[in-house]
Amino acid sequence: MVLGAWALWAAPARADVLPVIEVAPGVFVHAGRHAETDAGNEGDIANCGFIVGAEAVAVIDTGGGPAVGRHLREAVRARTALPIRYVVNTHMHPDHVLGNAAFQEDGARTVAHQRFQAALMARSSHYLRMFEDAAGADAARDVAFLPVAIAVSDRLEIDLGGRILDLVAHPPAHTDNDLTVFDRQTGTLWTGDLVFMERAPAVDGTALGWLKALDTLAALPAQRAVPGHGPPAAPWPDAAAGLRRYLEQLVTGVRAVQKSGGTIQRAIAEVAAQEKTRWQLFDEYHPRNVTAVFAELEWE
Amino acid sequence: MTSLRHATLAGAALAALPFVVMMGTTAQAAPADDAARWEMLRDMYFAGRTVEDAGSLLSLEAPTRAHDAALVPIRIATAPGSDVKVNAVHLIVDENPVPLAAIFRFADGGPQAVETRIRVNAYTNVTAIAETSDGRLLKTAQFVKAAGGCSAPALKNPQLTLARMGKMKLNLPDTLVAGQPVTAQLLISHPNNTGMQYDQLNYYYIPAHYVTTVSVRYNGAPVLDVTSDISLSEDPSIHFSLVPEKEGTLEVTAEDSRGRVFKESWPIRAAQGS
Repeated sequence: MVLGAWALWAAPARADVLPVIEVAPGVFVHAGRHAETDAGNEGDIANCGFIVGAEAVAVIDTGGGPAVGRHLREAVRARTALPIRYVVNTHMHPDHVLGNAAFQEDGARTVAHQRFQAALMARSSHYLRMFEDAAGADAARDVAFLPVAIAVSDRLEIDLGGRILDLVAHPPAHTDNDLTVFDRQTGTLWTGDLVFMERAPAVDGTALGWLKALDTLAALPAQRAVPGHGPPAAPWPDAAAGLRRYLEQLVTGVRAVQKSGGTIQRAIAEVAAQEKTRWQLFDEYHPRNVTAVFAELEWE
Repeated sequence: MTSLRHATLAGAALAALPFVVMMGTTAQAAPADDAARWEMLRDMYFAGRTVEDAGSLLSLEAPTRAHDAALVPIRIATAPGSDVKVNAVHLIVDENPVPLAAIFRFADGGPQAVETRIRVNAYTNVTAIAETSDGRLLKTAQFVKAAGGCSAPALKNPQLTLARMGKMKLNLPDTLVAGQPVTAQLLISHPNNTGMQYDQLNYYYIPAHYVTTVSVRYNGAPVLDVTSDISLSEDPSIHFSLVPEKEGTLEVTAEDSRGRVFKESWPIRAAQGS
């Protein structure tokens, strides 16, 4: 009887394990959907996952909602009983951090770029309101913005037990607080949103800085990248080719419009128009990217 | 700003963007509300005066749906006839906390085009009022869907923004011919903080700090005088008409709400006109 009751109780929990793929030994990734947050997906719209060492686990990004975070935690628990020692956030966007609260009970330490906390807190009430509106008040109830325990100003090694992760805090690029994670053991580069694939990128920092960051990352001896959006993993540095092409077209296209005295409206209509068919959610993000890059390049 | 919460409903792009266009219609005020709001603003800014429909004398271009609520491009053009002169244009963002965004005063009452970028805090009518030399007020308006522009954190690169404050840029076409009007763009680097941007790390509202006046002189003569407020976007941008002479100097003086004065001047050379 006791066994039966246990099985009944456990059944729903199993259904709530976030599907992950082991892209390299000990490196597990869940690929989010190319959609906006809604009540159906509860914010499961970005890649997230974890790396398992001999002594501990590091979770890298936690998904775009409390439920995604909980289901990611179940995915960790389905693979290992080792303690979850770190939650690494690659940047402050809500689709990467709103699952953080699920790991509070593990006593995990949050690791992020030194500018992460300021950037997140400046927007947190807005993010929460948008999440409530998109996913519903019930889904939003457990959102919590946890303080960063370890702020990375330049580089940091974290050791999961015979497994070193190299964390690098980048100058402004996709945002002003991008952090990458390199797993030496498998040559896996966790890029966060410094690499978008399939889903239209969003420029919330600087396009020129982003291109420089891609140069920096291209020099790393990585076998594969885990992009912030797109497949769970892709060969490096090819994974960034589409993004680089898009950003370069944004920059050269906006410069050309500015040189001829054109307006933002004209730039939105003309710049990188041929990219439209190459990205999902292009119309949702591209016009704003052009606007942002236009303002950025005026001060070159 | 009671409508801010409403204005950030539905269709929110949550993936990556902090302040985005809202696709839903929930925030759209009923036309009756728009009209009442306008009557209040008219009494506030133009008490006791008649405001007429501008017809073809005045046009306003704005995106019906803004891509960045903190950076909404607006273009206003006047087309006065030979018997009418337009001395000033008032730009009003009806639903913003400080609705009067700017007043542009022209030295030349002939056809003018100005362009600037504004913050839009909630779905709103954007209104332009032209003031003619014979004291008439002419109105045109366009509805703009955008929200959150006044409280959006100016955070793309805050260190750079501060280091650059007061710096100016003048953009002109590559070729200038004396006597032929061109469109010039003036950019003033300034955070233009609205007072509504909350610093949640340090628990305070960043105090309002914005450009209040911009004066453009060409060879000592006035071209454009702007009075502005918090509704202008960060790094205020103003396009205006200029008629270059063969040799000349354009001087700009800007002042901000803390009394800081910024000055810059540029020599301008133009080819001899025919």
